[in-house]
Amino acid sequence: MKTENKNIHGILAEFRNPKELVDAAETVKESGYSEFDTYAPFPIHGMEKAMGLKESPLGWIVLGGGLIGFIGALTLMIWVMGYEYPMNISGKPLINFPIYVPITFELTVLLSAFAATFGMFALNKLPRLHNPLFNVERFKKASDDGFFICIEASDDLFEEKPVSKLFSDAGAIHVETVYDSE
Amino acid sequence: MSTNYEYVPEPKLIKGDHTFGSITDLIAKTPLSSTPPLWYLAFAVANLLLIVLLGAVGYLIWDGIGIWGLNNPAGWGWAIINFVWWVGIGHAGTLISAILFLFRQGWRTAINRFAEAMTIFAVMCAGLFPAIHVGRIWVIYWVFPIPNQMGAWPNFSSPLLWDVFAVSTYFTVSLLFWYVGLVPDFATLRDKAKSKAAKISYGIAALGWTGSFRNWWNYEKAYMILAGLATPLVLSVHTIVSFDFAVSLIPGWHSTIFPPYFVAGAIYSGFAMVLTLMIIARKIYGIEDIMNIDIMEKMNLVMMVTGNLVAFAYLCEGFIAWYSGYIYEQGIFWLYVVGPYAWGFWILMFCNVITPQFLWSKSIRRNVTLTFIISIIVNIGMWFERFMISVASLSTDFMPSSWDYFSPTFWDIIIYIGTFGLFFTFFLLFLRFLPMVAIAEVKGVMPQADPHNYDEHTNEFIEAKAEPALAQQQKLEQKNQQV
Repeated sequence: MKTENKNIHGILAEFRNPKELVDAAETVKESGYSEFDTYAPFPIHGMEKAMGLKESPLGWIVLGGGLIGFIGALTLMIWVMGYEYPMNISGKPLINFPIYVPITFELTVLLSAFAATFGMFALNKLPRLHNPLFNVERFKKASDDGFFICIEASDDLFEEKPVSKLFSDAGAIHVETVYDSE
Repeated sequence: MSTNYEYVPEPKLIKGDHTFGSITDLIAKTPLSSTPPLWYLAFAVANLLLIVLLGAVGYLIWDGIGIWGLNNPAGWGWAIINFVWWVGIGHAGTLISAILFLFRQGWRTAINRFAEAMTIFAVMCAGLFPAIHVGRIWVIYWVFPIPNQMGAWPNFSSPLLWDVFAVSTYFTVSLLFWYVGLVPDFATLRDKAKSKAAKISYGIAALGWTGSFRNWWNYEKAYMILAGLATPLVLSVHTIVSFDFAVSLIPGWHSTIFPPYFVAGAIYSGFAMVLTLMIIARKIYGIEDIMNIDIMEKMNLVMMVTGNLVAFAYLCEGFIAWYSGYIYEQGIFWLYVVGPYAWGFWILMFCNVITPQFLWSKSIRRNVTLTFIISIIVNIGMWFERFMISVASLSTDFMPSSWDYFSPTFWDIIIYIGTFGLFFTFFLLFLRFLPMVAIAEVKGVMPQADPHNYDEHTNEFIEAKAEPALAQQQKLEQKNQQV
């Protein structure tokens, strides 16, 4: 869809408060749109239900990271202490599981934390160098006290007029078309 | 007989009449406005101390650890005391950011960013000491399992090696947790910044964060998982630090009470340090609405509980010494009380056992000046606790013929003082350039943030909905008055 040689990214609407944003998200979802997102300075309680989001898969990524840390630590220590560089320490057995507990625990936590942090950024497709939403001057409020919702042009049902009307009916205080480039 | 009961509401987390916008302005104004002259003065002093530290450490590396006051029985002196002291201080930050998060304590949002920054810089100061105390710092990489030309590997059964893994994991995880928390606030600063340099640098740090709820959804999960990971981690770190002592055979060290006792002591000293720093910062930066008296009181309560746990641990040490029937354990206990370091023991008792008892009084818990004084005394006390553990136990060990009195040298003292330069250099940079309160999290705990606190039809915020029981009670009272 093109207007004045500009690609439309979507339509952005601003609402007054978290309650109105949640209600609007519910309306948008019920109208059948799927390519939309809401923007707020903090996570809003109950928004996941309004938007119909599924559980984040991050837990599985962290489990993977944690298992690598757990198995890696044990393998390293058993190999070093038992085979590669055996040391007789006070006559204790070479492969001695209780003494492996602290380092195994630490490395499990370390790798899980890396998986949680970088997994989260990867799921959120961050870092991202540019976002068409930043073309909208008003959107600066999204990190301050603004509550926005954007239906993207990639949605199959997307058409400028009905979308704008949907937002006005839902009580938006400002509706604006977002273009891919300025 | 009628029952008269009253609903006691939780005090409001944020004082004053704030909106989301005013919270942003209040916190974002410090990093985005020009540098106050007082900051330069403080930064100059911190830098001076940092230079002193670097010089002293340079001389230490040049001349060897013989410049310290170590002697034959006391091979662990101030370096280990300072290491344990600083790493213990760090624990409060993780407790506030992770454990209180899991317990859904909304008041943590006022101080978590601040305390996490303190953690990171305190662990940096702590990490310096084990690195320089090995003597040959140029081969410090031997502590890591890195293949080398000698074909040698570290000894994984040594608590000292566990410590390497524990402290480095702790530092890394704290840093990740801190950064994850900072990303939405960097976005706020990016959007608020006027100058190009600030826009670009905060913009890079914000990684393109938009506040999209699909992002928040993964973010909240990540934050919860990190909190869940940091909670056992923080308990494990000081447990492992205590293993450095407890796994040995020295009387006064070889004790199973050490892990819980060390963890309680760490939280105790950490909360004291957060209070010391918070009381100064909230005044200077005018954020008393957020870091308010109610929060100070809650922190004082944590300090009182952990202080009494520590006192109980001292009592247990004495009891176990008697009950074990082990003469060396009994001997070291009496040497603490009346021996060559008895002055340290009595300072410790005064600072750590008597001082927290003042916190039973509500008016003292809510008194800023007295809390400040108590917090400093507690930190002194906790330093002496580590002094007694490290030095007093070592210098009077099994054989009186090998006893020797430990006194610090100039270099012991100057390196300890220098670490304050390291700490405050970073802390002042943090206060100047980063949001010292987690902006997004504070907004998230405001009653306006919950959609349930809005009217169903008019969509206006209704304060009464945030505290329904209180509103009902007020209505009843009005009715009673009319009758």
